[in-house]
Amino acid sequence: MNNLEIVKAGLNKRYAKERRFKFYGIFSISLSMLFLFFLLFDIGAKSIPAFTQTYINLDIEFDKKSMKLQDQDSYSEETLFSASYSKLGRNALYKLFPEVTERKQKKALRQMLSSGARYDLRDAVLENNDYVGTTQNLWVLAGDDIDAFVKGLIDRNIPEADRRVKDYQVEWVDTLKAQNKIERRFNINFFTSGDSREPEQAGILGALKGSFYTMLVTLLLSFPIAVSAAIYLEEFAPKNNWWIDIIEININNLAAVPSIVFGILGLAVYINVFGVPRSAPLVGGLVLTLMTLPTIIISTRAALKSVPPSIREAALSIGASKMQVITHHVLPLAMPGILTGSIIGMAQALGETAPLLMIGMVAFVADIPQSILDPATVLPVQVFIWSDSPERGFIALTSAAIVTLLVFLFFMNLVAIVLRKKFETRW
Amino acid sequence: MEISDNMDLDQEISKTVGSPLLESKVRIACRDVNVFYNKNVQAIFNVNLDIGKNQILAMIGPSGCGKSTLLRCFNRMNDTIEDCVIDGLIELDGENIHSKKIDPVVLRANVGMVFQKPNPFPKSIYDNVAYGPRLHGLTQNNSELDDIVEESLTKAGLWKETKDRLNKPGTGLSGGQQQRLCIARAIAVKPEVILMDEPTSALDPIATATIEELMSELKSAYTIVIVTHSMQQAARISDRTAYFHLGRLVEVDETGHIFTNPNHSLTENYITGRFG
Amino acid sequence: MSNLEILLILIIAAAIAYYATKRQAQSWQASRDKTKLDSLPNYYGYFGAICTLLPALIVLSFWSFIEGNIISALVVSKFERLSALNASDLSLVMNEIKIIVESGLSEKNSNDLFYEKAAVLIERYSSVSLFLKVASVFALSILGFMYAYLKITPRFKARKKVEKTAVYLLLLSALVAILTTAGIIFSVLFESIAFFSQISIFDFVFGTHWSPQIAIREGQVSSTGGFGAFPLFWGTILISIIAMIVAAPLGLISAIYLAEYAQPKIRNVVKPILEILAGVPTVVYGFFAALTVGPMVSGFGDRLNEFGMSFEIELFAGLVVSSESALAAGLVMGMMIMPFILSLSDDVISAVPDSLRDGSIAMGSTKSETVWKVVFPAALPGIVGGFLLAISRAIGETMIVLMAAGVAANLTANPLNSVTTVTTQIVVLLTGDQEFDSIKTLSAFALALGLFVTTLILNILALQIVRRYREQYE
Repeated sequence: MNNLEIVKAGLNKRYAKERRFKFYGIFSISLSMLFLFFLLFDIGAKSIPAFTQTYINLDIEFDKKSMKLQDQDSYSEETLFSASYSKLGRNALYKLFPEVTERKQKKALRQMLSSGARYDLRDAVLENNDYVGTTQNLWVLAGDDIDAFVKGLIDRNIPEADRRVKDYQVEWVDTLKAQNKIERRFNINFFTSGDSREPEQAGILGALKGSFYTMLVTLLLSFPIAVSAAIYLEEFAPKNNWWIDIIEININNLAAVPSIVFGILGLAVYINVFGVPRSAPLVGGLVLTLMTLPTIIISTRAALKSVPPSIREAALSIGASKMQVITHHVLPLAMPGILTGSIIGMAQALGETAPLLMIGMVAFVADIPQSILDPATVLPVQVFIWSDSPERGFIALTSAAIVTLLVFLFFMNLVAIVLRKKFETRW
Repeated sequence: MEISDNMDLDQEISKTVGSPLLESKVRIACRDVNVFYNKNVQAIFNVNLDIGKNQILAMIGPSGCGKSTLLRCFNRMNDTIEDCVIDGLIELDGENIHSKKIDPVVLRANVGMVFQKPNPFPKSIYDNVAYGPRLHGLTQNNSELDDIVEESLTKAGLWKETKDRLNKPGTGLSGGQQQRLCIARAIAVKPEVILMDEPTSALDPIATATIEELMSELKSAYTIVIVTHSMQQAARISDRTAYFHLGRLVEVDETGHIFTNPNHSLTENYITGRFG
Repeated sequence: MSNLEILLILIIAAAIAYYATKRQAQSWQASRDKTKLDSLPNYYGYFGAICTLLPALIVLSFWSFIEGNIISALVVSKFERLSALNASDLSLVMNEIKIIVESGLSEKNSNDLFYEKAAVLIERYSSVSLFLKVASVFALSILGFMYAYLKITPRFKARKKVEKTAVYLLLLSALVAILTTAGIIFSVLFESIAFFSQISIFDFVFGTHWSPQIAIREGQVSSTGGFGAFPLFWGTILISIIAMIVAAPLGLISAIYLAEYAQPKIRNVVKPILEILAGVPTVVYGFFAALTVGPMVSGFGDRLNEFGMSFEIELFAGLVVSSESALAAGLVMGMMIMPFILSLSDDVISAVPDSLRDGSIAMGSTKSETVWKVVFPAALPGIVGGFLLAISRAIGETMIVLMAAGVAANLTANPLNSVTTVTTQIVVLLTGDQEFDSIKTLSAFALALGLFVTTLILNILALQIVRRYREQYE
């Protein structure tokens, strides 16, 4: 058959095309996965230095004269709180390196300690009032340059002029190392302190609490409103009604509006018209609520739709009212799907940055917020703020904050997926 | 009448009656063909069947008796279904269609198929018919392609109705027209065999009549195997008829013979409407 | 007494009302003559609670919202000095006065006796307002309870009334969506109109000089022409184009492969992994782009530069790649958008009915031929819709460009240079200490208007296309 011969002749080319296309497919997928792993690996690697912090072991003399205390047997909390701790650390260092006399080098020696070290010493004394007048062997927080050097972020082999850590400082570090007086420990500060100008003292506690309060407001507002709206639209709204169509179009559009526009809405309406305090989790929550509403509405409607009509009909036939059918039967059955959608919506809200920048949750906030009205920041905004800071240590901190954020998001999504799998009923 | 269970069934249909095997002019030959789904479920049991050149063979029988499954073996469409295993020999013009030398692509260019629900591509009428020739590179230039399209549409009885709107979408035609379009599409690559899986079950009686007329005309150039639910249709258009029952070939013979004087009791029961 | 405390008391009152009315209903049920109740006792309870809570709550909210503005307006009318001020000065002064009120009148920390007088007045009005508010809210609550208690009878259709109220509440929730859109349009439009009263729309859209300054003198702004936003629009478009060049092929081809070729086991593992890319917050992408990809790209450019210098290849020798190149930002943004295109394309491709695939295979096509000649054209409208949604997302994206692209408006077609985008400028203009009504901040609203309208049009178009496509197959 002539035709068949033509067909056979063309086969090779066609199969070559097929092979090529399959190759492109695998190539695209691999490239994308590679990017993802590169992203995660890069940030993960950058974050490791932030999880440890350098401490120096010193014999601290808590002598009353340096602490500017009157000579007494015991002291009140207030007195101890307002005593002077700034000289204690440097005195201990001078003792360790008595050969250092030149002014410039003495200053460099002092800078080996973090400016926050004095507060740690104060906390130690407040905890153990009997330290006063004694000498204690304590691990004290090192300054950010030394910290960076010890972590290997500053290369000792580049010429001294290009380094932030001078040769004599390098010698001191080596001496301390030989005496086992300098080591890296787990950086608990990262999780227990708020923001700070110094990288070695900075932590994400403030941002974590801010995120917590903001998410709380968002959840408490968006969940009831969204589920109510979805129930109305899915169960009670008249079909083919012009007004209802507009509402639905609105919801679909809001789901795709750029997040920054919601920030502008928050700025213009909440802050300027209603006078809600700027930078507070309350405003942040209000803005994020509007953003999350469409997501939860859409997934709730899908969950409600998936409950088969047969169950509704059975309930109705027993004499339940429409509202009772919904509250007694449909809603409980749809709840797993609703929860899944809500968790996913919350996860998206947790990672939002732009709208919160607009309403001012970007100021330098060192105090840990205690309520939804205190000025606060959230974790992604903290990442943004830190990424701008020039000090070396902040790169690792930013990466570590990102890792924390991603871990939260990972768990939230995991819970959502497990929830979905566990309650997935086949009708 | 009760339908006997499988053991009795095998006794009842120990061998196909009628004239399953032809002596000459055999296009497709089946020898001891068994088809399994998912390793456990057997759909076709030991079928021996010859299909003659330039004839219409109708495969009839109650629902779920494997007619479509067997039909889909002839162009290896069952390859697209996972876990489907075909046992036995199926030959086209003397060549085993499952041999490594045979490329399914070439086979399907030679054995066309028309489906139960018309499935024209969402392309223009012209592009639907031209799809096959373009795919296999059967023409050198556009005017040759135009000729093939016109020829196929004419043979399918659709030319007059569509020649002025060849670039309108194929999905815009009526059900019967769509099915004729699918037939035109199938014959554009000039296959030797056309398989039809209940081609008129989704159509109204007038469209059905048109297509049956078409099939009788096509028979002179093609070999046609048609699966049908309608005994009347089989009686109207086919040369030979094969009766299937629960995956087994019960009887195959000349159509006139089957419908007036069936050999097997099961065939008789089906034809007289004792079960459907 | 704060609003929160009032609210708490109201809720407790509602709870009490619930139990009281429910008990009343239950007592009828248990009574000797077995009067038949219309509904279950708890519905009577709900009715009581609603009457106690709802009217009071409405008044509470309304009063709290307008309280501040009314008091300010009253104070302004009392002092000629204040009513003479224009809007922006007035808001400054009022803020100062409010600060004095909040910090306590005992501290004489203001230099102006006038401020103190105004502060005292505000304090007085606020106390009066608070007293009236609390009184009326609680009165309403009690009245509501009494109404409910007296109204109910065994034959009172409690359940019907309660359910009707519930449906209205649900409807209200649904209306929040419209309120939100209305709020957005209103807030953006209002300020934009103020902006366009000073800068012509033509200059704004087509002008190419963007350097927003606050007017020092009247009429200065238009002459220096600092509000030509075209470079911003162009920057947004340039980066979006780069992003789509990356995302579209990767997303589409990956989707086709996963939908048509991949085995279910592989698909179930790979698809969720790729969808992780969609869940990563954009600030993370921005950080990655700014700190890793940007320097990588410019470092690569430098190396090409050296290569070009030593081998005298003109094309490479003059290469200058900014560390904030549009290319870097576009690349990362592309990877952020890719999962959207992947997901949407996968959905539409899977929606193409199998009968079409069967028809094509039966004609002797190879799998890739079936995909490209039949499935893909059939899915095309849906895929285009998906592309439009992805572009809309790219245009509205803020963090990646804020952190990785520049802030200098640069009209260039070279992706190796640094450009700025509409979203970046909105953030820059609005985060910073400025008065709310300065022309600088107004321009941000005009930009936001443009952004909102553009994404709205793209979204509506995309949804229409996808909907029409779906109708084809259902």
